[in-house]
Amino acid sequence: MRSDGEQPDLLYIDLHLLHEVTSPQAFDGLRQAGRKVRRTDLTLATEDHNTPTDNLFTIADPTSRKQIETLRANCEEFGVRIHSLGDAEQGVVHVVGPQLGLTQPGMTVVCGDSHTSTHGAFGSIAFGIGTSEVEHVLATQTLPQSKPKTMAVTVDGSLPEGVSAKDLILKIISITGTGGGKGHIVEYRGQAIEELSMEGRMTVCNMSIEWGAKAGLIAPDEKTFEYVKGRAHAPAGEEWDAALEYWRSLKTDEDAEFDREIVIDAAELSPFVTWGTNPGQGVELSGAVPDPASFDDPIERTTAENALTYMGLEAGTPMREVDVDVVFLGSCTNGRIEDLRAAAEVIKGRKVADGVNMMVVPGSARVREQAVAEGLDKVFTEAGADWRFAGCSMCLGMNPDQLTPGQRAASTSNRNFEGRQGKGGRTHLVSPAVAAATAVAGRLAGPADL
Amino acid sequence: MEKVTTHTGPAAPLRRSNVDTDQIIPAVYLKRVTKTGFEDGLFAEWRDDPAFVLNQDAHQGATILIAGTEFGTGSSREHAVWALKDYGFKAVIAPRFGDIFRGNSLKNGLLTVELPAEAVEALWDAVEADPGLAVTVDLVEREVRAGERSWPFEFDDFARWRLMEGLDDVALTLRDEARIAAFESNRDAWRPRTLPSAA
Repeated sequence: MRSDGEQPDLLYIDLHLLHEVTSPQAFDGLRQAGRKVRRTDLTLATEDHNTPTDNLFTIADPTSRKQIETLRANCEEFGVRIHSLGDAEQGVVHVVGPQLGLTQPGMTVVCGDSHTSTHGAFGSIAFGIGTSEVEHVLATQTLPQSKPKTMAVTVDGSLPEGVSAKDLILKIISITGTGGGKGHIVEYRGQAIEELSMEGRMTVCNMSIEWGAKAGLIAPDEKTFEYVKGRAHAPAGEEWDAALEYWRSLKTDEDAEFDREIVIDAAELSPFVTWGTNPGQGVELSGAVPDPASFDDPIERTTAENALTYMGLEAGTPMREVDVDVVFLGSCTNGRIEDLRAAAEVIKGRKVADGVNMMVVPGSARVREQAVAEGLDKVFTEAGADWRFAGCSMCLGMNPDQLTPGQRAASTSNRNFEGRQGKGGRTHLVSPAVAAATAVAGRLAGPADL
Repeated sequence: MEKVTTHTGPAAPLRRSNVDTDQIIPAVYLKRVTKTGFEDGLFAEWRDDPAFVLNQDAHQGATILIAGTEFGTGSSREHAVWALKDYGFKAVIAPRFGDIFRGNSLKNGLLTVELPAEAVEALWDAVEADPGLAVTVDLVEREVRAGERSWPFEFDDFARWRLMEGLDDVALTLRDEARIAAFESNRDAWRPRTLPSAA
């Protein structure tokens, strides 16, 4: 809405999502300056990072409880809608926005959370911001932004049977590295992307930040419109027609030129997992832990050596021989109904291996409700998995769901950083189907291995 | 915000790349509702290790951190910046930063400066050889200096002006209040709202 060439452009923000961790200092800033929330009607808060997943009432850790109580008090004081623990719409912020129909094509969406890129799956510009920017958006409903560069990631052909959106994005990050997308907004395109469900598209866009991209988006199509239609905040009647006309115009020009392009052949993909301590350190499930000496770049070599030490892995070990202690199914990356269905299909009629703890954490209370309606909860509990309430849970180990030092997890989340899931914990990022098969096998495995 | 122009001080060499924000401050340390008091969480996983650079006597009191590439990737937590500032750092030098971390640092007056990998390597060698070496990060001249050597860096004009003047972003934006209000009055009626009507 402002573009004068001298200062950064000023973007109007159509939807601002809040959670308890990155907002308290922003509300404090408003109070100190005597400012209000400019558009409470474009703002929504949920509780997710600190919430327990074993009950809906008691937050045992006093500092976690304080942070959540602070959010509740701030929302009350400033008039912001909040979905608290126990509320039917509570859940991980990036699951809640789309399921309420608040995330729509052609919007700008921000949140004090790096996985805000998830909402790009609807053809919106969505990115994570820091707390100072949260305060800026609360006060002005705008954000100064320099224009990013553009990149196209084209995935030609169809994904082979048994290869999911998660495998695809892990493969992309292994090609680009963690900084490869820096400064770019990425459009994911091509046949394989068009064939993904909305849930799959959200998984891909969600992990854009893991290769450093400012945002990732996918052009909206009939599948997008169908997903939005009828949801609580979707336009209806004549407004639906007006919205649809606009949304249909949101296509990249045929002859558009991107600053960078990456092309991937879907036919060559197979289930993909990480071996190291950043999301770019990945390999095919059929592959082996790489030898650090095989990296030409000295920085990559040292990083790989550090990663193998932390992960307690030997170069050359086949990934399928890596035993795990914990399996985590959930997060804003893979905590949606389709993810739970994919895992349930694999684990149905089977048992979680002895000594393995499988934790299933739906992305939202609604996802949980839907899963129960479909009987998925029974599939998981009969297999011996732990069926939990919604939240961020072990994805970042802020609530009590944490790995203990040395424990190894197969996790459907987005980050395998050192200590991410608990101090000294070791994380392998995997798809929901691989997570389920791994739980049964007790070691990294795909459904075909069972 | 305090004005930021130039800083001179001793530097600590962190010879690691891909130091993500979970490394800078793990999630369990993010539970405070204030902007200060985060120094105990800084690099928490490594603080028990006597070999870690910040535990070495020679680098006590360092105010500049020199790190490997992809520093501050990952989570949007501004707590990473607050923790570095609480510890006493005024500037971080690295070949490349995560975008959100970089943005957060500049909102808080923590100078983050990108230098080529060779320059970072030379600085590492220099401060390891002489831990008391005064390193200068000069925003006015857009230059890092140490001993006899100097390296220019690029820095966005607008961000530099904002830091040097110590300006508050919200106040700057509110100068455009009329433009924001005009834009709002023209937004499509079908755009989603979280509440039944504007507050």
